[in-house]
Amino acid sequence: MTLTIDLSILENLEFDDDGFMVDHDVWTPEIGAAIAAVLEIEMSARHWDVINFVRKEYETNGEAPTLRRITKAGGIPTKELYTLFTGGPAKIAAQVAGLAKPTGCI
Amino acid sequence: MATPSVLDKIKGQSSNGKSTARKLCLVASKGSLDMAYPPLILANAARMSGIDVDIYFTFWGLDIITKSKMNKVNMSTVGNPAFSMAPYAPWFKIPTWMGIIPGMSRIATWMMNREIAKLDFPPIPEFIETLVDTGARLYGCKMSMDMMNLTEDDLVDGAEILGAMEFMEISKDAQVMFV
Repeated sequence: MTLTIDLSILENLEFDDDGFMVDHDVWTPEIGAAIAAVLEIEMSARHWDVINFVRKEYETNGEAPTLRRITKAGGIPTKELYTLFTGGPAKIAAQVAGLAKPTGCI
Repeated sequence: MATPSVLDKIKGQSSNGKSTARKLCLVASKGSLDMAYPPLILANAARMSGIDVDIYFTFWGLDIITKSKMNKVNMSTVGNPAFSMAPYAPWFKIPTWMGIIPGMSRIATWMMNREIAKLDFPPIPEFIETLVDTGARLYGCKMSMDMMNLTEDDLVDGAEILGAMEFMEISKDAQVMFV
């Protein structure tokens, strides 16, 4: 997925003090791409696989999946997750996907 | 261009691509089921948040990364005054003397493993494998290993042997937690 990155779309969105989107439902892939750009992540197809899975889970269950679920049900191995999002995959995937800071322990 | 404060907020959380300043060293010294999970859960939570993690397994904690023992980590039912039937019957505090009845430890272990699985936490061997994949480093305490006649071959793949003084070196700028 190649998206034009336009940071100005973040301007009218509300973020909490930790930098997570407040209204999870206004998220679009373009917003995700802009957030990722701010975080200096170069989004590859594999990154999007994670983000799309996280979004799909959120839309089905109303909350972000745990990392364990991303690896087990989403089919993305733990090692790869940590390579894609080196600064902590749980937080960063949720942030790029426009969801709240994850609270799960696993 | 988005206002700087929005960008700062977003950036504030992240340390993607950069090495994080924060580092955690956990010492896992206990080999019972209820004491094996806390350091593993904390280590995993740290890695999920992008914090660097070393776990030093010492004394009975070594069982957690010893291939022949990691599947048999048990609940101890003796010497635990908080031992109860939670979550089945939280009102029933099991008298400590009852803990010595043969089979109590097996029943308690079975129950706790079942509850842990319900929360979708992995069994210990799988948890250790996951931790290695997350980039957490695992060390077996040299002195404990010598005492128990263990070699590096007895430990899970990815674990190394480390002396106490070397632990001091790796934990130099870390937060240290003893479990």
